[in-house]
Amino acid sequence: MPKDYGIGASSKRREDVRFLTGSGRYTDDINVPGQAFVSFVRSEVAHGKLNSVETEEASAMPGVLRVFTGADFEGVGGLPCGWQITDRNGEPMKEPAHPILAQGKVRHVGDPIAAVVAESEAQARDAAEAVAVDVQELPAVLDMKSALEDEGLVHEDAGTNLCFDWGFVEDNKDAVDAALAGAHHVTTLELTNNRLVANAMEPRVAIGDYDAATDVSTLFTTSQNPHVIRLLMGAFVLSIPEHKLRVVAPDVGGGFGSKIYHYAEEAFCTFAARQLLCPVKWTATRSESFVTDAHGRDHVSKIELGLDEDGNFLAIRTATLANMGAYLSTFAPAVPTYLHGTLMAGNYKTPNIYVNVKAVFTNTVPVDAYRGAGRPEATFQLERVIDKAARELGIDPVELRRKNFIDKEQFPYATPVALQYDTGDYAATMDKLAEISDFEGFESRLEESKRNGKLRGLGVNCYIEACGIAPSNLVGQLGARAGLYESATVRVNATGSVTILTGTHSHGQGHETTFPQVLADMFGIGEDQINLVHGDTANTPMGMGTYGSRSIAVGGAALVRAAEKIIAKAKKIAAHLMEASADDIEFADGQFTVAGTDKSVAWGDVCLTAYVPHNYPLEELEPGLEETSFYDPANFTFPAGAYACEVEVEPETGKVDVVAFSAADDFGNVINPMIVDGQVHGGIAQGIGQALREHAVYDDGGQLVSGSYMEYAMPRADDIPDLAVDHSCQTPCTHNPLGVKGCGEAGAIGSPPTVVNAVVDALQRGGYDVDHIDMPLSPFRVWSAING
Amino acid sequence: MYDFEVARPSTIAEAASALSAEGAQVLGGGHTLIPTLKNRLARPSVLVSVSRIDEMRGVRVENEKCLCVGGAATHAEVASSAEESFPALAWLAGNIGDPAVRNRGTVGGSLANNDPSACYPAAALAVGATIETNNREIAADDFFRGMFETELKEGEIITKVRFPIPDAGNYQKFEQPASRFALVGVFLAQFGSEVRIGVTGASESGVFRWADAEAALSADFSTEAANGLPAAPGAMINDLHGSGEYRAHLMKVLTARAVAAAS
Ligand SMILES: Cc1cc2nc3c(=O)[nH]c(=O)nc-3n(C[C@H](O)[C@H](O)[C@H](O)COP(=O)(O)OP(=O)(O)OC[C@H]3O[C@@H](n4cnc5c(N)ncnc54)[C@H](O)[C@@H]3O)c2cc1C
Repeated sequence: MPKDYGIGASSKRREDVRFLTGSGRYTDDINVPGQAFVSFVRSEVAHGKLNSVETEEASAMPGVLRVFTGADFEGVGGLPCGWQITDRNGEPMKEPAHPILAQGKVRHVGDPIAAVVAESEAQARDAAEAVAVDVQELPAVLDMKSALEDEGLVHEDAGTNLCFDWGFVEDNKDAVDAALAGAHHVTTLELTNNRLVANAMEPRVAIGDYDAATDVSTLFTTSQNPHVIRLLMGAFVLSIPEHKLRVVAPDVGGGFGSKIYHYAEEAFCTFAARQLLCPVKWTATRSESFVTDAHGRDHVSKIELGLDEDGNFLAIRTATLANMGAYLSTFAPAVPTYLHGTLMAGNYKTPNIYVNVKAVFTNTVPVDAYRGAGRPEATFQLERVIDKAARELGIDPVELRRKNFIDKEQFPYATPVALQYDTGDYAATMDKLAEISDFEGFESRLEESKRNGKLRGLGVNCYIEACGIAPSNLVGQLGARAGLYESATVRVNATGSVTILTGTHSHGQGHETTFPQVLADMFGIGEDQINLVHGDTANTPMGMGTYGSRSIAVGGAALVRAAEKIIAKAKKIAAHLMEASADDIEFADGQFTVAGTDKSVAWGDVCLTAYVPHNYPLEELEPGLEETSFYDPANFTFPAGAYACEVEVEPETGKVDVVAFSAADDFGNVINPMIVDGQVHGGIAQGIGQALREHAVYDDGGQLVSGSYMEYAMPRADDIPDLAVDHSCQTPCTHNPLGVKGCGEAGAIGSPPTVVNAVVDALQRGGYDVDHIDMPLSPFRVWSAING
Repeated sequence: MYDFEVARPSTIAEAASALSAEGAQVLGGGHTLIPTLKNRLARPSVLVSVSRIDEMRGVRVENEKCLCVGGAATHAEVASSAEESFPALAWLAGNIGDPAVRNRGTVGGSLANNDPSACYPAAALAVGATIETNNREIAADDFFRGMFETELKEGEIITKVRFPIPDAGNYQKFEQPASRFALVGVFLAQFGSEVRIGVTGASESGVFRWADAEAALSADFSTEAANGLPAAPGAMINDLHGSGEYRAHLMKVLTARAVAAAS
């Protein structure tokens, strides 16, 4: 029998009642009395010198309260970057200023130049059109290779478009070069990881509010991490101390990373509300989202894999150009480095690995973490080159992978790229995959496809992910400018119900359901007795938010630690009530018992006693039952898995259909299997989107050609086949109390190479000499590859 | 959006008079016009909605030979009403956009807009439809004037479209991955042995009749004949979803499929 409550139960997502009946409360649903609206005047050119911004006419228009320009932000900080990379020569990365409104130059289409605040949204937009901007257009710096020739500079004061040149691990370089030079076979692949737009369903919104009587500013914003925004904006941009600044992120309608970062519009609305003494609201249009939300991916890489005559991997060398866009977004430098280079060992025991990354400024929207963040880029390179090597050497791709897997017995395993994998069993997930994908039946399905005039291919892929980036003292040495702990407060109420307050947040994953499941098990009370509060810096402990599949692995661990403190204290209260020693108290199923006796008191009585301490050891114990824990993990967690998909390709049009997809994941222990299925489904849908459809394309002038849904192809339900998802292979994490690893990004990491491997397989089986196609594998690209 | 007034006339005559105002514009289903307004790319003074004009609604068959579609009939109405009388057109209508688009978007709006990737124009050309307005009739062959351009005068209303029903017909749509409009769409109609073909999505001059294909298939209605067609003349659209060469290739593939489906 599957459990029907607590850890391991597929409890229904309680937040869905709100989300599915239209009663969620998103930032745009908030309207503060007296609010004004801001409309931004944005650069229409990719690169230009800002000669002048005329605001007189706009200022005089109906309803206009004020028109702001870059000049109003002199002396105000720019947007800070949260991670500093040290390059191969020990120099810090180039970190150019990122003003709230453009100063002197515009650097990408969408760069904000002026902001018009008016009484109504329409008035703000009308007046924004009347702001006269004189820009002298400069040639746009777009292609990363040519950008490195430094003929035109995105940032003159940086003196170069190279943000940093990073080597990892630098000490491995010579050994890798030597191993490749001596290898029996070297497979080389050049590939592009296509630029994506996150396209959260809910566009970004910011409302700044200022209470002059208390001198407190409030920012309502669409954020995955309100505490981080409060720290960055308060300390680095606007100089507002935490006790005078509250950041609230209510329901968040998807983010996929794009709502981690601190954006100019947030700082602007907070700043303008203080200047104008009225609330200021901004809601992005979808067109604005395309040119202002941080984009994802956009790597161009060359990877070389050296093998011996038996197919053992000897060495990997990769060189990547990573697009930073026009400015450094909050965590941008971490993505191609510590979230990418460290993952290059994958699931394999390759002894020598060296990763080089050159981060490049271009006149495009800033690029930052997007579901998977660096790990999909690493997996894509590695798994594509392994597939190519298998074909070149005539070895079955599954067998080549199996041969090189880190063995179950080798854990904990230290990779040559600085990670220490705690647990895993890659052969087990591969076995499971073979079972759920019916590899054996492939040949007959192939024949069936042939009869219908289609090519059919089978693609296989493995991935490893590193979640819950930690510990803080290590990441600090690597350049992080923040800690990476998480927090939870467990507030037991007088009648025994419980409120969890956590510093992390949810942008749709279902924390309001899963966090109570954990406590229901620990306290032996119903899930419906427990609720979760998050998203408001005024009532939750400082925490780092939701990204990197970290919330249950780090926030859940903090929750367990806080709950353990509650149980310890509750035992003392129970001991007092039963006149026993606390050491003799056992707690199970909501009952405190004295070991070896039939004496017991119930959870509810202990809770009530804590708050009505009439019969209570007040001299030894404080009343009340509320505990907080901050948990800083000892290591990353390492979810891993094996994916397979089958595609049909129509050779005369190049159209690809994903007809079957299966995923065998090892997420360690699982709190809510249904929610985990959903996370994997969503990740795979996004990965199929990246593989076949999505692409942010700039033209030579730096205009975003795919700046609307007419040109930017999102995956839709009918693009996704039935997904066979399994997470029964579980090697629990060894260093967090729940044994959990995280599941939010796996699907998006594992699926793109699976799909590409399958398409290449289909084409090769069909007799076409194609060994790689860059994503997205649109019909046009596949047809072009088929036709040379 | 800029401010505008809305008129909701109930007769064609009232609509025509409302449209004589400076800057007035017809509003059909609004699925093209409203997004344009939202992006502030147009600034009409009055939108004259035709959706309440009964004489412009409805789909019916005349003399078993002609499907008469009101200028304000929606794609959904065509999809359900023409299923038996003119299945190829019903299929075309039923595969436009999503249910929201089909329940609002209109035949008149689609033809008046003449988007180079829209579906109806291909059908109208292939069957030789007649477009009726509030003051004249225009043959489809004379109606389309290149991308987004038509023979309509300012304020002129498409009140009805008469589609002759072919003996055999088929529409093949290859979807553009993002918009799911036609990357290339081929409408094939056969009247006796005469074959007519309207192609959308492909040409830089908008929807057109593919004369070479019509001649070849009128002589030999076979997929072999379709596969042997010479490349279409004129410049083809070249964009991120496909080169001109790819589109020219798709025209042949889709024409062959239409022949197979109609045979
Ligand atoms: C998501 C989406 C997907 C779509 N997919 C497709 C597709 O696959 N294939 C396809 O063909 N189309 C597609 N469309 C377009 C859709 O068919 C539109 O409805 C159509 O193009 C315009 O019709 P409308 O009634 O909405 O016109 P409106 O948007 O109201 O008007 C469009 C233009 O026509 C004028 N107009 C409207 N009615 C009349 C009339 N009776 N007489 C004279 N002028 C008139 C208006 O003044 C305006 O200039 C799609 C649209 C959307 C939003």
